[in-house]
Amino acid sequence: MSAENMPMTVPAVRARPLLLRHLPYFAGAAVLVTLTATMQFDGYIHNILMQAVTFAIAVFGLSVVLGLCGQINLAQAAFFGLGAYAVGIGTSDYHVSYWFCLVAGCVLALLAGALLGASTLRLGGHYLAMVTISFQQIITLVMINTIWLTHGPDGVSNIGRPALFQSAQSYLAFCVGMLALVGYFVWHLSDTRLGRAMRAVRDNELAAGVVGIDVFRTKVSAFALCAVLGGLAGGLFAGGFSYVSPDQFSFAESVVFLTMSLLGGVASPIGSAIGTGLLILIPEWLRFLKSVPGLYLAIYGLSVILIIRYMPDGIWGFFNLATERWRAKAKVRAAGPPLQLSPATVGGDTVLEVKGLSKHFGGLKAVDEVDIAVRRGGVHALIGPNGSGKTTTLNVLSGLYKATAGKVVLDGTDVTEMPPHQRAAAGLGRTFQNIRLFRSMTALENVVIGAERPGNRLVGHGADALNERAMSALSFVGLGARANELISSFSYGHQRLIEIARALAANPTLLLLDEPAAGLNSTEKLELHELLKRIAAQGLTILIIDHDMTLVSEAAQHITVLNFGRRIADGESMAVLRHPDVVSAYLGSE
Amino acid sequence: MDLALQLLFTGIGIGAVYALVALGFVLIFRATNVVNFAQGEFSMVAAYLMVVFAVDLGWPYWLSFLMALAGMALLGAIFNLGVYYPLRHRSFLPVIIATIGASILMANSVLAIYGPQPQVLEGWFETPGIQLGPVYLDSQYLLIIAVTIVLVIFNYWFFEKTMLGKKLQATSQDKEMASLLGISVSTMIMITFIYSAVLGGLAGILVAPVLFVSIQMGSTIALKAFAATIIGGFGDVAGAIIGGLALGIIETFGAAYISVPYKDGFAFLVLVLFLVFRPQGIFGERVAEKA
Repeated sequence: MSAENMPMTVPAVRARPLLLRHLPYFAGAAVLVTLTATMQFDGYIHNILMQAVTFAIAVFGLSVVLGLCGQINLAQAAFFGLGAYAVGIGTSDYHVSYWFCLVAGCVLALLAGALLGASTLRLGGHYLAMVTISFQQIITLVMINTIWLTHGPDGVSNIGRPALFQSAQSYLAFCVGMLALVGYFVWHLSDTRLGRAMRAVRDNELAAGVVGIDVFRTKVSAFALCAVLGGLAGGLFAGGFSYVSPDQFSFAESVVFLTMSLLGGVASPIGSAIGTGLLILIPEWLRFLKSVPGLYLAIYGLSVILIIRYMPDGIWGFFNLATERWRAKAKVRAAGPPLQLSPATVGGDTVLEVKGLSKHFGGLKAVDEVDIAVRRGGVHALIGPNGSGKTTTLNVLSGLYKATAGKVVLDGTDVTEMPPHQRAAAGLGRTFQNIRLFRSMTALENVVIGAERPGNRLVGHGADALNERAMSALSFVGLGARANELISSFSYGHQRLIEIARALAANPTLLLLDEPAAGLNSTEKLELHELLKRIAAQGLTILIIDHDMTLVSEAAQHITVLNFGRRIADGESMAVLRHPDVVSAYLGSE
Repeated sequence: MDLALQLLFTGIGIGAVYALVALGFVLIFRATNVVNFAQGEFSMVAAYLMVVFAVDLGWPYWLSFLMALAGMALLGAIFNLGVYYPLRHRSFLPVIIATIGASILMANSVLAIYGPQPQVLEGWFETPGIQLGPVYLDSQYLLIIAVTIVLVIFNYWFFEKTMLGKKLQATSQDKEMASLLGISVSTMIMITFIYSAVLGGLAGILVAPVLFVSIQMGSTIALKAFAATIIGGFGDVAGAIIGGLALGIIETFGAAYISVPYKDGFAFLVLVLFLVFRPQGIFGERVAEKA
């Protein structure tokens, strides 16, 4: 985007083109590739390097799926094997071009990964763990038993290399180049839209859906990406060693990959590289341990338990934490222009039309044929005693629960059957009673994810526009100066404000607030009240649930009262609060 | 027809083993909301303990059996203290990874100590089996089926009729509330791990004479048992048993009529079919996180 469009001056460091800022990385990579291509190694060192480089690419894959997205993959060796066998069988038995085989191996791994992920990732994580183990076993079975194709336990030999990199040394240099490219890609993935979505899914799946992230697609993407990197690494590995056999791609190898990833630090490709390097070198130094079968893997198993318990972020994470105070703090950004909210106005006078909404849990009618009509531009409160079905109603409205019956129309769009992320795209924003932020991220990153809501017309293209929008929203709730702090350093009340800022940055058509005053002290409640007024002043429609009658009666023009899942009163605030049924529901009756 | 009857018997026998291990899975899952990926290794370790006691040391079978179960109880306790308990407040992923680590540790420690050669364990009975019409009833399979029936009844009695069983159930449904009512949650979790280690061990000891005692038997059994729990409906006791039996039968018939080398693949195939078409299993898993 052009500079004139930006109302604020952007700090100089951000204006430099991406390519220029990352130039040192590419220069370093070029030097490394040149060194590999020219230095003389003996065969032993060469093999170790070859192994380290290809394994590292496979472990990068794990840093995407496990580190960024929080999903497990215990079949990375199987994907590695798919790539390796594609190159092996293709070049040696069928004399197909190396490049074609490499791509075919990646595609094969991609398809297998996507299929496996798509069948499993809607379910809990334990399913994925078991299914990947099973897949790993199946691949091993196929490699051993389909002898006509894979040569069985004998393996495939005489694997070819591309004409361009015939010599072992030039091929190694090529692999180092690939490693640098993949490393760059994985390193920067976490700051892209997809990467942020993955981190959001890892931190809090429910919240990710509600801010407009397609949780399932994000998980499948992460898993497929991991599989592709496994396939690519395997293809490179096959060319490097010109011989592959089934035992190189067994479950034990998947375990080795996992241990490498955990040891180095699962969150970053640097950690992956450290872990891979260490677990290739250490066994070479301690060769005598190899004489006892199983001893190495036993040690790896023990290491996994110990790392998880004592060093959950791995070596790189540990190092990062230790050196944190010596590193330069990220600059506090310019505050950004005042927050604009321009809620969409398509559907006429009523923003939310709820008709006959029911939610039953077995025999319990938590919500029973409730009608709500939220008028545009106002604050509408939904109140009721504990257990009256308020939060359930909100959860059905935002798509976390499926309605048993009834219809929900948001700004002219029927959203009754939509999953949470599509409702977000249709203009729904919400906060949670028990705050759901992405806890491993900064306040700014949380709000940026909000601003990324599909269908948000108020944010331009590019990272700068997103950051600017997020800064505006954070400044609006009064936390702009602390944008780069992690969520854990904020008080409970401030976390609630960040959650509201995340919803506001998305420029929703309707904002659902689930007990925003719960757990706040009296000063914070006053501030919240002020904030609600400022939000409403911009024309944003709010549907609020709360117990605080002062807040509700002062802020809301319209009140709907639920009791035992049914609507018992509805209308203008003061009239509703004096309604005898409402009084008896709250205070009890004779 | 005769072959089919014979296969049905064998399938139920092997399925009963899967059901026992699946039961251990389900118990731990219900108590801790964690899937214990080392559950299969409990069976493997118990089988090796039997080999050590009954074959290497030459102890009487009943004594070896009791000692092996005692060993499993100890292992369950160590497992809880070393793997699960320190991570009980962490999220679900680290716990899963730790149990996978534990599974690898157990399998490979046994490999390092005992070597890769599969071991042979005699069955409990001298008589190999009885001929009943066209079907030959192997005595070990009969024992497996009998023990499974007894254990299923015992489980029902234990969890529904005894105070301890009710406390365990209360803990699994709401730890916080249970502790407020004076139930020691850490003791309940400890009991659960010990019990399911013994249960897994029992399955391993029973199946050992039918299969070889090998390092891989743990992961094989665990995968089947896990598939069984998904088929039955995750977290459901009856589902685990039905799923285990169904899987045993499918697998035995598949091996006889389709392919022997891919015998272990059938479980995976059935698993994937269920995941795609009926992920909640036969009896259904409650899957909803409270917002």
